Amino acid sequence: MNLKFKYLLIFSSVMIFYYLGHGSFFVEGNELMFVVIAITSFILHYYIKLSRDGGDIYLRPIAGMKAIEESIGRATEMGKPVLFVPGISDLDRVETVSGLLVLGHVAHMTAKYETELNVPVSKSIVMEAARETCQEAYLKSGRPDLYNDNMVHYLTDDQFAYAAGINGIMLREKPAAVFYQGQFYAESLLLAETGNSIGALQVAGTGSSAQIPFFVTACDYTLIGEEFFAASAYLSNEPELIGSLKGQDIAKLVAMISIIFFGILELFNFFGFIQFSSIKFLGA
Amino acid sequence: MFLGLSYEIVGAWISVLLTLSIFSYLYDDNPFYKAAEHLYIGVSAGYVASLSFWTQVYPNLYGRLWPRIDNSEFGIIEKAWYGIYKVLGFVYKPAFPDGGIEGHEEIRWIYIIPLILGIMMLLRLVPKLGWLARWPIAYIIGMAAGLRMYGYLNSDVLLQIQASVIDFSQDWISIINSLIILIGTLSGLIYFFFSKEHSGIVGRISKLGIYVLMVKFGASFGYAVMGRISLLIGRFDKLIQYTDPSYAYATYWGLGIVIVGLILWTTSNKKNNKRA
Repeated sequence: MNLKFKYLLIFSSVMIFYYLGHGSFFVEGNELMFVVIAITSFILHYYIKLSRDGGDIYLRPIAGMKAIEESIGRATEMGKPVLFVPGISDLDRVETVSGLLVLGHVAHMTAKYETELNVPVSKSIVMEAARETCQEAYLKSGRPDLYNDNMVHYLTDDQFAYAAGINGIMLREKPAAVFYQGQFYAESLLLAETGNSIGALQVAGTGSSAQIPFFVTACDYTLIGEEFFAASAYLSNEPELIGSLKGQDIAKLVAMISIIFFGILELFNFFGFIQFSSIKFLGA
Repeated sequence: MFLGLSYEIVGAWISVLLTLSIFSYLYDDNPFYKAAEHLYIGVSAGYVASLSFWTQVYPNLYGRLWPRIDNSEFGIIEKAWYGIYKVLGFVYKPAFPDGGIEGHEEIRWIYIIPLILGIMMLLRLVPKLGWLARWPIAYIIGMAAGLRMYGYLNSDVLLQIQASVIDFSQDWISIINSLIILIGTLSGLIYFFFSKEHSGIVGRISKLGIYVLMVKFGASFGYAVMGRISLLIGRFDKLIQYTDPSYAYATYWGLGIVIVGLILWTTSNKKNNKRA
């Protein structure tokens, strides 16, 4: 059966099931959200499947991606360590998970080039996950002997104490490459400024829109917003992640078409051609 | 009172010395900064650990698993369950008083799951069973992904679509503003297209998108810097307040101690460097 037709059929079945069970199985008042979640999930799943089946998916180059390898190479040449900061949030934030995926790639490269890696963390669960990630990367690179648990170490949960600790590490160890990959708050500029003052090559990546300006100002490369989430797909080259990236692009396209569509409807409504207010429908 | 001084004066002196020690970082990585940094990290780590246990784990987990309830109708399972609690009470009586923990009216058995996940996390300390720690990590990631999907779709997709629809019944300035938001949103979205090469018309729109983003970042930067300056003013206000005789001239003394200390440290460093 054609893949698109199959997905359309399943999607229609889900919608019919929702319609029949509306009010009994499903809570009333969330209809629009249900449709949005269903469409998004089906789009993502479709492209993940397509990618898994060997479908060719193009990904445009992102400057910050190349900078990751470049900065580790620089650290290796200088014989200085690499510092990786996974942010101050716990593992329940998507930024932290994405940051750990980037950490896996960084650890793989530091293992390959035999460069020292230092990962100070602010959450105990992130420490566990980061250790697992690094251990696996070192094992995959064929250098488990270079891995030790102390390369990922806990500092403190407190935001500014964590920032003070990392600043201290930067001033004393003088890493040649610093990565800020995760969720950051007010400590972002404190960290990036210190990294800049010691002359480290800095690559930042965060989804925290309020902190991106600080990283853009003080870092050499910044993965802004979705670029950061896409980084894991670029670096891992795994079909699931690449497929989901393509799926997200399509979801964005659907959102854009919806914006234009509802805008036109609102315009028609204003001139009295139709009796349908998009603003009321969307609940604005 | 501490050494004949009120706690207020002692607090002011500690506050001044720590503030100036942290500020001394502007000069260099010196012993004052190192001391303040290590003190800050150590105290905050200990404080957060203690706070998390007493405000989160203790009332939300232990309090629900072993509440202080009427035990006259306990079956064999409940009796055995409270037997475990007695062991905890034997280890640390003040936290686990006889009969259970106040606050809840029934045993919430579902909370055994987080208890088990927590124990599995701690098994990381046992090398042979360390792999079990992956389960709670997987649970956290899976749970968070599912839970946040709704929130993200609502705030980042639906609300954005709602906000981008122009209300033509507004005045013309508001309509122009809405139009700018609409163009900014669409071009910004196009910039974040990864599976399409940014050339031709897509390239030009995405360039507009990055300009829109930079304008936003610039505004956000300026706003945040203003916020930071107000924090700095707040800190200076305190330091000025502590110059008062009622605080035993804490700021003057603190400033003197730090400056003299830095001069001595720099001199001794220079001497050591010459010898080397």
